[in-house]
Amino acid sequence: MRLDERQRAYWRRNLRLTAWLLGLWFFVSFVVSFFAREVEHILFLGMPLGFYMGAQGAPLTYLLIIWWYARRMNALDRDYGVEDAEDED
Amino acid sequence: MADQTERLRRYYASYTLGFFAFVLMLAVLERYGMPPRWIGYSFLLLTIFLYATIGVLARTTSVAEYYVAGRRVPAVFNGMATGADWMSSASFMGLAGTLYLSGHQGLAYVMGWTGGYVLVALLLAPYLRRFGRYTIPDFLAARYGGNPARVVGVLATILASFVYVVAQIYAVGLITSRFVGLQFEIGVFVGLAGILVCSFLGGMRAVTWTQVAQYAILIVAYLVPVTILSHEVTGVPLAQLTYGGVLQQVQVLEERIFGDPGEIEARRLFRERADAYHDRILSLPESLAEERRELAARINDLKNDNAQMREIVALERERRELPRNSEDARNYWETHMRQAAQRGADPDHHMTAYPGQGESVNEVARANFLTLVFCLMIGTAALPHVLTRYYTTPGVRDARLSVFWSLLFILALYLTAPAYAAFVKHEIYSHLVGSPIAQLPLWVSSWGKIGMVSIEDINGDGIVQLAELVLNPDVILLATPEIAGLPYVISGLVAAGALAAALSTADGLLLTIASALSHDLYYKIFRPQATTQWRLVVSKSLLLVVAVLAATVASQKPATILFMVAWAFSLAGSALFPALIVGVFWKRATRAGAVSGMLVGLLVTLYYMVRVQFDSIPWLHIQGIGMEPWLGIQSTSAGVWGVAAGFATIVIVSLLDKPPSKETQDFVESVRYPEFDR
Repeated sequence: MRLDERQRAYWRRNLRLTAWLLGLWFFVSFVVSFFAREVEHILFLGMPLGFYMGAQGAPLTYLLIIWWYARRMNALDRDYGVEDAEDED
Repeated sequence: MADQTERLRRYYASYTLGFFAFVLMLAVLERYGMPPRWIGYSFLLLTIFLYATIGVLARTTSVAEYYVAGRRVPAVFNGMATGADWMSSASFMGLAGTLYLSGHQGLAYVMGWTGGYVLVALLLAPYLRRFGRYTIPDFLAARYGGNPARVVGVLATILASFVYVVAQIYAVGLITSRFVGLQFEIGVFVGLAGILVCSFLGGMRAVTWTQVAQYAILIVAYLVPVTILSHEVTGVPLAQLTYGGVLQQVQVLEERIFGDPGEIEARRLFRERADAYHDRILSLPESLAEERRELAARINDLKNDNAQMREIVALERERRELPRNSEDARNYWETHMRQAAQRGADPDHHMTAYPGQGESVNEVARANFLTLVFCLMIGTAALPHVLTRYYTTPGVRDARLSVFWSLLFILALYLTAPAYAAFVKHEIYSHLVGSPIAQLPLWVSSWGKIGMVSIEDINGDGIVQLAELVLNPDVILLATPEIAGLPYVISGLVAAGALAAALSTADGLLLTIASALSHDLYYKIFRPQATTQWRLVVSKSLLLVVAVLAATVASQKPATILFMVAWAFSLAGSALFPALIVGVFWKRATRAGAVSGMLVGLLVTLYYMVRVQFDSIPWLHIQGIGMEPWLGIQSTSAGVWGVAAGFATIVIVSLLDKPPSKETQDFVESVRYPEFDR
């Protein structure tokens, strides 16, 4: 299989998007949790920030990440004219 | 395609409405005096009948239908099916209880079990779908050329899935025995029947459509009780938004209760009891003989005094239950010592992150929290029964969207679980603690009868202290309808939901194990010339065998089963995750690298789990193998070492090896790059 420039560009854009979103995932999962004790005095919806992030903030961010990825990648597929079965609905 | 989706929507909408009508009808019947036991039977029979109907309607003899539902499952429905597949009885019953008992620490499960889907969406689902075969070992074999990788993949799949399926069947036995009054062992086999009717005839196709039906039931059952409770307590029927305020009140109650003199006294007495057990363990074996003599003397005294027969019988039972030798006595007393010490320990605030006295205690709590989150995420992204679901969508774009729908449907439950913990804690702290033991609320006595709630008045003041109360985690969810004063029909609904959660997960897991054995081992390795029909016969027979085997193990009531579920995540994660990720994102990874990495990951995890958790394995006659955990990391997070070791091994061994062949590199490209129009 010989790759042409368009395919390389497609993969690069995919990787860049994946890396950004994984960075966000890492931040809300591990960085925020690491400092949970330090941000305890900040209250959100009646909960300390660390608690809120674990209970609702991080899971909702995950949902947004996945939604954004699906949207961007599916748009990218369309830009590059990717044939992908008959899933137009 | 659009027609089909539209038709499915209509079917499932009318099905859900029908289910609501059924619940309402039962509620009316209950008003007119239908006994609770009949309500339990109605729920059990109707739901299993529903699943069986779908299972029979979706029967199939085509391989693609049997293994991957013909790859025609629209993204939304695949999301729902994944949700039901994913949410087991541990999510449905256990999570709320874990959050109640461990507060902020329990949020590791909420984050881990949802964050794993980011990894699935970004790193795995689209690539697996583009590859488009039947099982996860299929992918490993195609990427790493041949059978060694496939065999290790099959091994890891079975190891992780079997433990998990046993836990589901065990849960089915518990639910049926609690709500319908069946004997536990009979309940296990009723559950087995319920599982088999879904998967036996129609494989993945039938499992998918029953899982969609099961999702509807389980989510309704999960949301209804806490929504009503939230309305009663706060006036707003949105538990997810109101529980923060309730937690503020809990915080106030905690401050009052933790410093109460009665509480301090009770905790001191429990600590003294723990010390007494400690002394007894130190003076083994004399202390065991001493204990036996003392009991015998007391029984004699009672007999001479013509005391009540019941008291004598109780003491005699206590004597019978005394361990036989000092090794058993050590384990027995250590368990009691730990329980007493736990009840005597200073309680932690629900919302405090990484609680405990002293900087180092906090740091260990934080390390355990973060590593558990990590292991659960990696495990989520490596459990084969979830990943195979993304083979069933019509295309790559649907696979991407489908992960979004999966997580959305899963969040409906996970964002609600902390609310259960908050509302039940509020109820217990404000009404139960401090009330006289002579007049306990009704729900406490009814769940106390089957040992789910127990109160021991250690300081003899006739008042419930928090330290004196022990709750089984499952009771938090199961008792909520009664705490909220709802009719029994809601309890029946919750039981039906718990049953749906356990059955749907068990279905997916059984099918995964049977596929790994029949497709990967039998067809791909032993008999590549087998005909299509024969392959399905083998697959169905194996399904039956594995199911009966799992039910038999579950009916033995293995005590360590809950632990083992948490282990399944670490095992799957450390064995499969590195090889899958590297397979897509690093062309240079070779067969030797992947196979050794999978084995090293699996072995490191197993080694750590076993040595941290057990000091001896009686049936292998191994003793004294316990070790101190590294950096204080508990055995449930063992995967953190396994994953690291797995990645490192793959990289090192691959770099020492020759680069992979042209075909392998082409394969990686075919998974990465879609076909372009030119």
